[in-house]
Amino acid sequence: MTARRILFAALFAAILVGCATSPSDDRISVDASTMLKSSFKARGQAGLDRLDQDDTQRLCSEAAGKTPPREVAERIEKQNLATIQYPADGKLVGDWKNGEKIAQEGRGKQYSDDPAGPVGGNCYACHQLAPQEVAYGTIGPSLYRFGKLRGYGIEMQRYAYGKIFNSEAFAACSTMPRFGHNGILSEQQIKDVTALLMDPASPVNQ
Amino acid sequence: MMHIDRGLGAGRRAAALAIAVALVAAPTALAQSSAAEGIAKYREALQDGNPAELWEARGEGLWKEPRGPAKASLEQCDLGLGAGVVKGAYAQLPKYFADADRVMDLETRLVWCMVKLQGTSDADARKNPFGNGTDRKSNIEALVAYITSESRGVKMNVSLAHPKEAQMYKVGDKIFYFRGGPHDFGCVTCHGADNQRIRLQDLPNLTKVEGAQKAYTTWPAYRVSQGELRTFQWRLNDCFRQQRFPELEFGSDASIALTMFLAKNANGAAFDAPAIKR
Ligand code: HEC
Ligand code: HEC
Repeated sequence: MTARRILFAALFAAILVGCATSPSDDRISVDASTMLKSSFKARGQAGLDRLDQDDTQRLCSEAAGKTPPREVAERIEKQNLATIQYPADGKLVGDWKNGEKIAQEGRGKQYSDDPAGPVGGNCYACHQLAPQEVAYGTIGPSLYRFGKLRGYGIEMQRYAYGKIFNSEAFAACSTMPRFGHNGILSEQQIKDVTALLMDPASPVNQ
Repeated sequence: MMHIDRGLGAGRRAAALAIAVALVAAPTALAQSSAAEGIAKYREALQDGNPAELWEARGEGLWKEPRGPAKASLEQCDLGLGAGVVKGAYAQLPKYFADADRVMDLETRLVWCMVKLQGTSDADARKNPFGNGTDRKSNIEALVAYITSESRGVKMNVSLAHPKEAQMYKVGDKIFYFRGGPHDFGCVTCHGADNQRIRLQDLPNLTKVEGAQKAYTTWPAYRVSQGELRTFQWRLNDCFRQQRFPELEFGSDASIALTMFLAKNANGAAFDAPAIKR
């Protein structure tokens, strides 16, 4: 082989390698974030800062709809567990009647919604709760008879309150919003929805 | 809340009214089931025609009529199969256009042609992408209705041969799984599993080929609840609203990336729109 031929072969090999390496996954994630930033405009209460992800959102996006690897999942759950603030007065269960209204209310946080409220939990979008409401979604499991089946004790109350405050603390990359952590529902609203699940008199437990 | 063109028959108008009543009623179990019945009746009443045809006809007129400062029609617009070729063009979009050095969907391409051929300013061409269902009509929606109707029955055949097309697809894939905002929602939240519903509304699983095919090939659609023909740009815009994101800019790269992702995944299925939906 002449020197020129060798050089040519080396060059050809380099080109092949170059072609085979498509942009890395990380690179595409960066491209996607950049593209998103230039593709939206702030409107109403929805500012462009909503496109900035926290750690949990970023890791769950990377998991692309699947459960992340165990170490990652544990990290997410630990971080989110640390955010849960239980009410200072120690009362976890409020008024189930109010809770039912909050569970029905679909408005809140959309740019088309009035920033002055109301803001609901929209639980029926994803869950069956009181059996009287048949227009429920199936993204989440049925919560019918939640308290009746699981018990009404303080540990279960703490789980229900905590789950609604920050769902990612108990199931990494759950599709359920972090109602307390992300400031969707107030402490009182979370107490009331907890009552819908945990009050023995709630229609959910009949 | 609803506008029905005068050209429609009395029976159809009555059915439309019935469903309008059903839709404004409180979302109790009873109202939900009568809404479903209303929809079924309305569909039946429409068997001899979809109101989308009115948009198609208006769009065809707009396509052929000399308009804009240049008093030119859009008939020389290249939708990807050569200047003026409308038949089958939508089934191959989005695609890379060398003249713009950009991947474009139908709606961004129409804006481009309005600017280049008709001399309309870019801002004017983008000004009114979505009508309001009553007095304010969008020319884009009408043009899209006409052009997509010329791909009815054609198999979806979107290419990723150009590196910019392949890149758009990959980024669209990423955006589909991008979770953010106060609710941590991404497209995958509502469209990531089989047989899911929000309230009583069925949600297609867009991560699967069959789901993407069924959804993509039935847009644009005449929305009964809005009395308006809605385009794919509108669909994405409204889903991002429900996702609690800020407002998606019409014709933005993110909108084209997602369209590319879903259109390519729909390859092989026969295009079947403008459709009629809830
Ligand atoms: C967008 C969908 C969505 C919404 C809205 C939603 N959830 Fe959930 N929820 C889920 C999913 C999915 C799960 C199962 C995975 C998990 O445990 O996080 C779940 C799980 C739960 C659980 C745990 C059930 C168990 O067996 O331990 C509780 C309790 C709960 N949700 C309550 C609520 C309440 C109360 C609201 C409204 C304030 C609500 N959810 C709103 C999707 C949702
Ligand atoms: C919070 C829930 C939610 C999120 C998040 C969401 N969608 Fe949707 N999407 C819906 C609902 C509900 C419908 C059905 C609307 C209807 O029929 O009125 C729908 C319909 C659609 C359709 C049309 C399906 C058909 O067959 O007509 C497409 C396509 C779609 N969404 C794509 C997306 C994409 C892409 C994203 C992310 C940018 C997204 N959606 C995010 C709730 C959502």
